[in-house]
Amino acid sequence: MIHFVLLISRQGKVRLTKWYSPYSQKERNKVIRELSGVILTRGPKLCNFVEWRGYKVVYKRYASLYFCMCIDQDDNELEVLEIIHHYVEILDRYFGSVCELDLIFNFHKAYYILDELLIAGELQESSKKTVARLIAAQDSLVETAKEQASSISNIIAQATK
Amino acid sequence: MALSGMRGLSVFISDIRNCPNKDQERLRVDKELGNIRTRFKNEKGLTPYEKKKYVWKMLYIYMLGYDVDFGHMEAVSLISAPKYPEKQVGYIVTSSLLNENHDFLRLAINTVRNDIIGRNETFQCLALTMVGNIGGREFAESLAADVQKLLISSSCRPLVRKKAALCLLRLYRKNPDVVNIDGWVDRMAQLLDERDIGVLTSSMSLLVALVSNNHEAYWSCLPKCVKVLERLARNQDIPQEYTYYGIPSPWLQVKAMRALQYFPTIEDPNCRRSLFEVLQRILMGTDVVKNVNKNNAAHAVLFEALALVMHLDAEKEMMSQCVALLGKFIAVREPNIRYLGLENMTRMLMVTDVQDSIKRHQAQIITSLKDPDISIRRRALDLLYGMCDISNAKDIVEELLQYLSTADFAMREELSLKAAILAEKFAPDLSWYVDVILQLIDKAGDFVSDDIWFRVVQFVTNNEDLQPYAAAKAREYLDKPAIHETMVKVSAYLLGEFSHLLARRPGCSPKEIFIIIHEKLPTVSTSTIPILLSTYAKILMHTQPPDPELQNQIWAIFNKYESCIDAEIQQRAVEYFALSRKGAAVMDILAEMPKFPERQSALIKKAEVAEVDSADQSAIKLRAQQQTSNALVVTDQHSANGPPPTVPAVGPLTLVKVPSTSGNAEHTSEGQALTQPNGTLTKIDPQTPSEDLLGDLLGPLAIEGPPGAAVQPQQNAVSEVGGVPSAVDGAAIVPVGEYSNSVQPIGNINERFYALCLKDSGVLYEDPYIQIGIKAEWRAQHGHLVLFLGNKNTSPLDSVQALVLPPAHLKMELSLVPETIPPRAQVQCPLEVLNLRPSRDVAVLDFSYKFGECEASPSSSSEQISSAYISVCRRVLSSMEISFRPPLKLQEVVRGVRPLPLAEMANLFNSFRLMICPGLDPNPNNLVASTTFYSESTRAMLCLIRIETDPADRTQLRMTVASGDPMLTFELKEFMKEQLVSIPTAPHGPTAPPTPPVAQVAQPTSPVKALTDPGAMLAAEWSFEDFGLVTRKKSVNGSFLVLVMDGQSLASFRPNNKAEPNK
Repeated sequence: MIHFVLLISRQGKVRLTKWYSPYSQKERNKVIRELSGVILTRGPKLCNFVEWRGYKVVYKRYASLYFCMCIDQDDNELEVLEIIHHYVEILDRYFGSVCELDLIFNFHKAYYILDELLIAGELQESSKKTVARLIAAQDSLVETAKEQASSISNIIAQATK
Repeated sequence: MALSGMRGLSVFISDIRNCPNKDQERLRVDKELGNIRTRFKNEKGLTPYEKKKYVWKMLYIYMLGYDVDFGHMEAVSLISAPKYPEKQVGYIVTSSLLNENHDFLRLAINTVRNDIIGRNETFQCLALTMVGNIGGREFAESLAADVQKLLISSSCRPLVRKKAALCLLRLYRKNPDVVNIDGWVDRMAQLLDERDIGVLTSSMSLLVALVSNNHEAYWSCLPKCVKVLERLARNQDIPQEYTYYGIPSPWLQVKAMRALQYFPTIEDPNCRRSLFEVLQRILMGTDVVKNVNKNNAAHAVLFEALALVMHLDAEKEMMSQCVALLGKFIAVREPNIRYLGLENMTRMLMVTDVQDSIKRHQAQIITSLKDPDISIRRRALDLLYGMCDISNAKDIVEELLQYLSTADFAMREELSLKAAILAEKFAPDLSWYVDVILQLIDKAGDFVSDDIWFRVVQFVTNNEDLQPYAAAKAREYLDKPAIHETMVKVSAYLLGEFSHLLARRPGCSPKEIFIIIHEKLPTVSTSTIPILLSTYAKILMHTQPPDPELQNQIWAIFNKYESCIDAEIQQRAVEYFALSRKGAAVMDILAEMPKFPERQSALIKKAEVAEVDSADQSAIKLRAQQQTSNALVVTDQHSANGPPPTVPAVGPLTLVKVPSTSGNAEHTSEGQALTQPNGTLTKIDPQTPSEDLLGDLLGPLAIEGPPGAAVQPQQNAVSEVGGVPSAVDGAAIVPVGEYSNSVQPIGNINERFYALCLKDSGVLYEDPYIQIGIKAEWRAQHGHLVLFLGNKNTSPLDSVQALVLPPAHLKMELSLVPETIPPRAQVQCPLEVLNLRPSRDVAVLDFSYKFGECEASPSSSSEQISSAYISVCRRVLSSMEISFRPPLKLQEVVRGVRPLPLAEMANLFNSFRLMICPGLDPNPNNLVASTTFYSESTRAMLCLIRIETDPADRTQLRMTVASGDPMLTFELKEFMKEQLVSIPTAPHGPTAPPTPPVAQVAQPTSPVKALTDPGAMLAAEWSFEDFGLVTRKKSVNGSFLVLVMDGQSLASFRPNNKAEPNK
């Protein structure tokens, strides 16, 4: 299973963290510090796997951003590597040629999308189309709620004039 | 794309981004946190929108690594908001901020449950996602049934069901009981017929978890997995959106094959055939393609297929196909594939018959050891380690040694450990082994743990042929200009022991050896100096005829270290100095170390431990070191003088029950209970196992100091009785059942038992055929006992069986007892004991053997309650005087006591390791004693005993016992009572019959007289008059004691003591 997902920029800034195994806040910070030290210093032509504390971390760099997933020692590494890519493709489709800035200002979207992709550290959906459809449905739900709210507040505003 | 509407959040993020440095960022974050805090305080004015915004900000701040210790409640409360946007935020922020152990989550369980069982599909999804991500045990218990219902419901859409599947997986991981196997198996099988690939993928993950725990129950799912795999491999009925770079869901393929690996075999021939068809197709049909992602996905499937083939132990042809593939992979340029090739080749080693084909790739694997990527180098090292055997050990170890000088620091320790193990395991000859280890120390001294050089010492000591060679090698290394301290240690040790074997060679006269070793002394740390001192003493001893100049030089060094602050060094200096003046007697005392008993390499143990869990490195190291020191500690006690065990500060607090037997076959146990707390005034030096070890290696030298002669007769007495050299602890044995041709034990078993209560080693049982000795070492509540089973005859003993029946408070583990004991041989059976809590019950050793036609089944009861070191810390003592109340403190007037002079009573106490502390009680007719009792439940517990005697009537006394544990207090009191009412025999006289209680009418003895008794004198030395010293060592009753004073003055202690009512 995937124990956690980290998105770290080349400068070591954290862009997203998702923990599927229970880590305390202190441990989380320690893990991030340790792993950025290990992963950001690795050269470009090396393999995408790092052995770390009895686990394996599968990572891949996209432009300035490192996507890391921590898995058990006997999990299938390439499969997880392609989950990362799958996630990136979905982000790409959603934002339209995604860049780090998109993820900075819309970090909550990145969380929503990740939740449609992974639960309990396992892949739940391998169709990009389905994920895109579900995210769009969520967005429209939020929009409708907002419109309703504003129309109600308009009505109230009108009534109290 | 703009953030939908949340301007405040965007502004905040921009602000953070614009901060020029970390300090500014912190300021901005603190400001925002302050703002959020005040807004949350008067919650009434908060609109849902604002609340949402602040909660997002909190998550962002948290993500940046700042502590967010408030507002969790607000995030959780959003979950119960009625509208989707708020609820969504509540769920996602909660699941990101909190972990499953957080208390607030409990508050949300009801809301979450309502969302799950409610009709709103979107709410269901949110709730399932959160529970799936952070649900804990409590969620599992209250929600699992509802989640199962959703998963199998026909009215739910796939988007809910796939989430329910993974949510259930999470809950199952937290508490496997939530899935009722009987009811679930059929449902699970049905789920695998699902058409929707999303639901199928999630269900397959669930299945993997279920079968990994219990594959038998899920047999019916096996053919379905194969079917899914077939469907994917043939690309039948797979919607376009579920193909990934043209490959039908590689993830589902991998998962299906993973699930199949949990079933031991596939019996159904049709099923097996179709599976192998699929696997064959994958193995053959996977080519390297240009597109990275397609390549990765295809190889993810391929590697999983390889694993499944290995698991199924397919036909040889297919296996060799796999090895060929892997051989290809480890040579490709693409690093991921190379890595995985090496990794899977290591797994392949488990499969029989392929080792030889793997060996063909050795050169390529060695090349990978020099790969720029550390991940790949690690894999290569692992593989080399795994594939090493006697045929290629030389090559591989030499490669490893060569690589060691260039390897990165992160790998050196592992590398040196592995090289050492391989060298030991597969050494074609022992001199090569010594070469390898010395090179190892030379090249990577910092990374060579003590275990490694201890092991060399063991080997060299045990192999006489090797000794001159090793000594010569050590001498060579000393010529090098700068050598590592470990090298100094090992060379000094080897040369001290064996340099006399080199005496004729140039540059190897004692004097030259001394000079070259002594040159290193200024550069080494305090842990090495003791070894050097021992070496000097040995060199001096071997210098024949004596060289006065060398002698003066060495004596000067001993003199210098006599006042060293380090106790170990000081003691050695003093003792060696005194010993070296003894003349010819030194030859015996400083004789060569005896051989070590054969044992499993501590290194291998260490490596095993490290493989089990490399997550907690420090703990492993610690454990491994402890193991090692234990492992190496057991020096042969049968050496020249039969010195008492030297482990600093160990002494058993013993309880024994002796069942005795009458002539018929009935077990009559007249429960005579006997206990004995042995106390040793001690404080162990916690940090350095190596020093402990040295203490042990050199122990026989060190302890047999000036008073040596006094201890010997006693030891000899035991040896004479026992034909086997003495080595045993408090224990007893009694034949319980005897057959017609019964075997008569030699000597009184009860007496042996009593005698052993007072010693750490001795004979437990003896009859014409066998002798059982026992030897104990205690470290806090852990005891390491060795049973010595000695066959006294010229023909073997068969059907030997030994069974230990431990009482409830002891955890005992007896290692395997060999079925046959060869003639005139002795076997050792280690017995590990853990004392859980205080009690007076004893363990029983049920022992039987067959000799010729005669069958004997003596049963013995052996003991051991607990071990005790005493550490007297007066501060604790005084505070206890104040705080003890019943039931921690118990007082009782004991009548009918066997009259005993006070001095003898003090002696008895001391032999139970209850240390008498004279001078604490102003009344000369009273005794105050203390000990530390060790057990799992009480940990180290100080116990105090005070005996108030009446000089006019010696048959009664008042006893007060206090400790921090009521049970311990009670047990100890009862034990002492038993002791005093029927004292078995004098502590020194194992051969003397027990004196009947009335036999001796003791005269009141004055305390002054008491001091003329040697035991009491020793006890007197324990008085606190020396409290100014930091550390002292004394030898009492043949045990080795270390007393650590905390420097508090006696004066401050006495008033507290007086505060108690005295007679």
